[in-house]
Order: sequence, then C-alpha cells, then structure tokens
Amino acid sequence: MTLLSVQHLSKSFGGVTAARDVSFTLERGEMLAIIGPNGAGKSTVFNMVGGQLRPDRGAVLLDGQNITAASPQKRFRLGVGRTFQVAQTFLSMSVAENVQMALIGSRRESEALWSPARTRYRDDAVALLEQVGMAGMADHPCSALAYGDVKRVELAIALAGQPKLLLMDEPTAGMAARERADLMDLTASIAGAKGIGVLFTEHDMDVVFGHAERVIVLVRGRILATGAPEDIRQDPEVRRAYLGDEHALERPKGLSPT
Amino acid sequence: MDLSFLAIQALNGLSSASSLFITACGLTLVFGVTRIVNFAHGSLYMIGAYTAATLVPRLLELSFGPVTFWAGILASAIVVGLIGVLIEVLLLRRIYGAPELFQLLATFGVVLVVQDVTILIFGPEDILGPRAPGLRAPVEIFGRRFPSYELVLIAAGPVVLGLVWLLLRKTRFGVLVRAATQDREMIAALGVNQALLFTGTLFLGAFLAGLGGALQIPRVSAHAGMDLSIIAEAFVVTVVGGMGSVPGAFLAALVIGQLQAFGILIFPKSTLVVVFLLMAIVLAVRPYGFFGRPEVIGGAHAVGIASRERSPFATLAVIAVIGILAALPLIGDAYVLKVATEILIFALFAFSLQILIGVGGLVSFGHAAFFGLGAYGAALAVKWLAFPMETALPAGLLLAALGAALIGAFVVRLSGIYLAMMTLAAAQIVFAVAFQWVDVTGGDNGIVGVWPSTWASGPTTYYFFTLALTAAVIVLLMRIIDAPLGYALRAARDSTARAEAIGLYIRRHRWLAFTISGAAAGLAGGIYAFSRGSVDPTLLGIPTSVDALTMLLIGGIQTVTGPLVGAGVLHVLRDQIMPLTSLWRLVLGLSIIAIVLVFPRGIVGTIRNWREERT
Repeated sequence: MTLLSVQHLSKSFGGVTAARDVSFTLERGEMLAIIGPNGAGKSTVFNMVGGQLRPDRGAVLLDGQNITAASPQKRFRLGVGRTFQVAQTFLSMSVAENVQMALIGSRRESEALWSPARTRYRDDAVALLEQVGMAGMADHPCSALAYGDVKRVELAIALAGQPKLLLMDEPTAGMAARERADLMDLTASIAGAKGIGVLFTEHDMDVVFGHAERVIVLVRGRILATGAPEDIRQDPEVRRAYLGDEHALERPKGLSPT
Repeated sequence: MDLSFLAIQALNGLSSASSLFITACGLTLVFGVTRIVNFAHGSLYMIGAYTAATLVPRLLELSFGPVTFWAGILASAIVVGLIGVLIEVLLLRRIYGAPELFQLLATFGVVLVVQDVTILIFGPEDILGPRAPGLRAPVEIFGRRFPSYELVLIAAGPVVLGLVWLLLRKTRFGVLVRAATQDREMIAALGVNQALLFTGTLFLGAFLAGLGGALQIPRVSAHAGMDLSIIAEAFVVTVVGGMGSVPGAFLAALVIGQLQAFGILIFPKSTLVVVFLLMAIVLAVRPYGFFGRPEVIGGAHAVGIASRERSPFATLAVIAVIGILAALPLIGDAYVLKVATEILIFALFAFSLQILIGVGGLVSFGHAAFFGLGAYGAALAVKWLAFPMETALPAGLLLAALGAALIGAFVVRLSGIYLAMMTLAAAQIVFAVAFQWVDVTGGDNGIVGVWPSTWASGPTTYYFFTLALTAAVIVLLMRIIDAPLGYALRAARDSTARAEAIGLYIRRHRWLAFTISGAAAGLAGGIYAFSRGSVDPTLLGIPTSVDALTMLLIGGIQTVTGPLVGAGVLHVLRDQIMPLTSLWRLVLGLSIIAIVLVFPRGIVGTIRNWREERT
C-alpha cells in the first residue's frame, strides 16, 4: 500500500490561497522533495502533512488511514517523525536525554512520577545516536553543540518514534555545504535501510538533485510538475517558474550527484 | 427596581469604566511598546491621587476656580509622568531583555518601594481631596440625584480615547508607538531611537495613570492600598481587551464598568468575583483577549532548571541536611523552633512553585491561591466539620488540589504573560471569596481556633511533625522533577513544537503539574494554619504570591535547591530587619530590584557558577 497519499489539499489564509488541489503520493523508502520559489506554499503543504495546519479541503492518508484531522502527537504515534527548519531540540537537556525523552514519549511514559527519566532507555538512545554519529557526544549539553550536530541529534529524535514517514522541513538550512551532503547521505542510508519514506522541502538544488528520487515543483500553491530530477531540470515550465534564476537548476559543477 | 434606578446604575458603570480606561490605557500602551507588564502602574495611579489631593487644595487657596482645579489635576499627572520617566531610565531600561518573571518581580519591587515612600512623604493618613469647583451640586436624572462630577468623568474616558487616538494616528511619536507594538525588532532595525521612544511611552503611560488617580480625588480619598486594587482591575481590563490594544482596553473597561454596576444587584458581595470570572471566561474563549494578537507575547523567555551531572554526594547531602534539621531542637529554644517551622513551611511552598516556574517555565503569579486554599480548607474543616488536625490537613490539601486542577484547566491553554495574569486573576477570585463570604470564612477576620491535635501541639513536636511532612513531600517533588513528568515539562518549556512532535500532550502535562504543585502548596498552607492557630485573607493575597516568587529569586530560579535556601534567607532577613525599621517594604523592594539587576542567578546559582568557573 502507498505509504503517504495526499489528496486534493487546499488551504487559504484570508484571501491568499497557499495551496490549491495538491495531490501526490510517497512510497516506502522513497526520497521525495518539494521545491518551488519563495511563497510557493511548500511550508503550508508540509505543515498540513505534519499536523501543524488543518487543510480547508482534501485529505492526508498514511498507510490508507485518514489522518487529515489528527494532532501532531497522534501522527507521531502513527509513525510520522519530523525535523524542523530551525532545529528544535530540548536545549536544557543532554544529547542522550533528548533522545530518551522521545523514546519516553513514544512509549507513553511521560506522566510517570517516580523513577528518573535519565535512566530510562539510555542504551536505546545511545544506539540511535550511534546511527547518526553522535554517540560520542551523548552526555554533552545539547546547548553546547554546533548547529550541524544539533541537526543530527534532531534526526535521532525523529527516528526514536520508529517512523514510517520522515518529514524534513529544509533539513540543511543553515548548514555548511559539506555538512549538507553528509546529513542527506546519512538520511538516505537510514531511510533506505529501514524503508522509511522521506518527504523534504529544500532550497538547495544540490541537495535536491543529489538526493531526491522524485521532485514536486510547487508554484503559487499548485503542483507545476512532478518527476525524476533530470526531467524536472529539463522541464521548460519549471525553468520559466525559476525565471531569472535559471542557474539554480543547473547541474552543479565539481560535485557529482549520487 | 425601576427604570430610573437602572439608568443611574448604568451611569455609575460608565463613570467607573472611564476611570478604569484612563489608567488601563497607560498600562496597555506601555506593554505594547516595551513588552513589560508594569506592576508599578497602580503605584503611579496612587501617586497621582496623593499628589493631586495635596497639590490641588494649595492651588485652590491661591486662586479658587475650575481652571485652577483642572490645572492642578493636569500638573499632578505630569509629575507622575516624570516619575514614570525616572522608573524607565533607572530600572526598566535595564530589564527589557530579561525573562518575564524578572520584569514582573522588579516592577513589583517598585510597588513595595512606592508604598513606603508614599507613607514617608504624605503620611499614613488618608487624604481627602477637594471637590471640583462648579461641579458640587448634583444634577437630576430621571428624578434621581446624580453627582455632576461623575458626568465629567463619563466624558473624560472618550475624550482621552480620542486624544490618544489622535496622538497615535497623527504624530510621528504615535506612528512609532504603533510600529513598536507590532514589531519591536523591526523598529530597532530601522534605526529608530529606541531609548527616546521607550522613555516617551513611559511618560505617556505614567501620565495616564497619574491622571486616572488624580481624577479620583473628589470621589475617594487618597489611601494606601489603592495601588494593588487598581492594578488588579487594570490588569483585567488590558488582558480582556488584548494586551497592547487601546480600543480593546476601552471596550473591556465599558464591559467591566457595567458588570460591576449591575453585578452589585445580583451578587451584592461578589463584584470582584464577577470581574475576574469575566476575565477567566474571555481568556478561555479568546486566549489573547478581544483585540490582542498572539505575536504580542514576549516569546521564549523561559529560563529554568537544566540537566547537570549528578553529584555523587547529592543523596548524602539531603540526608545530612535533614539530620541537622532534626537535631535543631537540641540547641534551639521555642522561638527558634517556631521560626524554623515557618521556614520549613515556606520552603515547601516555594518549592511547590519551582515545579511550575523552574521546571515548566510557567510563571504562576497566583500561587498564594493554593497555599491559602490549603490553609482555609483545613481551617474550615476544623470550624464547620469539627475535623481533628489529622483529617483537616488532608482536607486542605484536597481543596487546594481541586482548586489547582480547576484553575489549571483554564490556564494551561495560555502562555507567558497571559498565564501570569490569569493565575493572578484566579488568586484574586479566591481572595475575593475568602474576603467577601463573611458568613463562612469570617471575612477580614478569618478563622481562629485552628489548633493542632494535643499530641502535636508542643513547639518541638510540631516542628518534628512539620519537618517530617515537608521533607517527605520535598523529596517526592524532587523525584517528580527528575522523573519523566518533570522532563516532559522541561521539554515543553524548551520547545513546544518538538514536544508535540514526540507525542507529548503539553496541556495535560501542565495541568497535572498545576494539580501536584497546588496540592503541595495546599499542604504547606494547612501546616501553616495549624502552626498559627488561625487563617485570614492575607494568606491568599498578592504579597504572599510575591513572597514565594522572591524566595525563588533569592535562591535561584535555575536550581533545584534554590527555593529552599531562598525561603530560609528571606524569612531570617525579615525576622531580623522588620523589628528594626518600619520601612521593611522599602528594604524588600530595593532588594528584589537589586537581585534582578545584579544577581539574577540567585544565591545557589551564583555559588554554582562560581564553583564551575573555578574548575
């Protein structure tokens, strides 16, 4: 069965239509990117899938189950993990505690009152940190990490819920070029190994064309084109949408996409 | 109850709405621009009343007439405006970036200072002001006499609204004020002289507070205590109207004025309750008031407890402290034990608040409600049900827990400054009930004869009893802080979006925290009631809430043990300094301001910082 099926989503803010009749699907293990110029409605579509926004019309189906009206908490339990454009972690906690907290949340133990949180699921947390290469920093305060590392911790947190679907809103925003490719390679390998479907928005075309298997182009709330990165790159309508910024779609020089 | 009576009541409502609006308008303007909820706004109002009540008669002696009277009112308001400038330059300017809790406490420090300074300057007596020349005779409306001065007041509200509107729309200053209310960062980025803008806003806000106070002198005498009663009402007006919104404040003042005027007819004694209930209902339906916007909230200002490496000696230290405390009766006399008992009680009270503030980032400004509910619950059980202490204490705890569960259900929908205001309002409702429901609660006199059971009545035994209970509950609360619930509260404090995305139901956790915290505070209140043998409404008052906050502040908000140290230090200081001077509030107020400005980590936080820097 299709992992994620987005059907005819529409959303208006006052008189502005941010998303019109947006439909697409995502399969297990697939990396799907949503791109588009600023204000195209990427974040709106993204937040409707993540549960932060309620669509005016349309439906979101996860494994055939309608989750259009489900809260973010409910979606998390159904297997949706997400990372944010500006990384969201618990800065007052250690790196391991951040992941432990997500494990506690996924096992519905967050209202327990007696045995300390820091002793729960410690090994599981370290194992998850191992996957993202952060096990060595487990006991550091999260507030002392470099931003690229915070992004990795956030990925480990998102993975703690054993997601089927991973939502990443501009996963590489604010990172150095080298770190970007590393983070996306890491994401792709974990997603491939576990069969997680990844939906991400991105401004960086190197990341998009280097890591997405399929690309959706959103312009003024509508889907302009869907297809493999190479087709999207050649699509004259897409090129027109990025008018004045055609170089954005060119194959990066020096870096060969994987 | 005929039509003319209703008309007069409506007019009364309009005139109190006007007075309320003029004052609250200043508060909301100041908040809009500086994002500081100025507790001292009520103090400025009081200064306005005192100044006018002193100044206007002198002026009238020189030259009697309406012009002199109104000039005197205006001059008083200008004086207050200048005091506002002084407060901005000396204090507010230094705390614009501080967490909300510190801002509230610092401006409350000003309240305390002003209370004592006002008495120093104007004396302890109430000052009755002159009546307005030309407006002494009542007018007749529907066959009833109505004071003509009230009609002037009714007109004053809309006039001030109009003038403020013109100021905001037609002047450069007004444009800047509106811009800053919408987006303070942008204003800074555009290179506007912020210092001047903020000082100007404070002048305007304080001027309006002073005007509101000065206009009262023909109606009521200037008296100590005006400050806290008006500030509570002004808070309600600004919150209901939407913080930062002038038209919202006007609308809210109108509604509240009428509610007070007619509420008297329905619930003769419960006008306070009606007003605060309105606020509770409006915030439950519209969390940002009539015209408020979510963006107006100060933002992620929560500071609190962070994870630290466990000291291997932590458990040992806890046992050692309890051991030393248990040995105290060996060296201390009855007086020392009585003081120690109270310190333990307040340590528990402050610690119960730390769960909300330090752990959850929830600035509860009405924690006295739960302390008082516990005390009253126990006292009422003794008085009306003839319960012994052993069952009265749990009854008090239960009442406090229920109260906290109910109040918590309302406030967990809110955040930041709205939450602080709502908890304050809730505490004021409880206070009003205790104060006005004389038949049951004894009103102002409270309830006496709340004595412990015979086995626990000696000072030594009661001390041990208190020590056992407080130590047990504090250890329990410490476990909760370390347990998943405590971590979940911190998670929600650190990042709401992330907490929701890992499946945490933030409101439910916060509600649970409120209930637990309220129950613990209630137990402290109950023990306190039995230690004194009586309860009275001051246990529920704003100063009691501020005491708990001050203890947190002294000890250190970001530490687990801070509140315990803070409770001890504050209590001992009060015990030592209060007998020496009549200016205790001045000392306390200045101390609070000093801590916020130079010592914001508190005692435990500073020591920890110092030790960490050394290693």
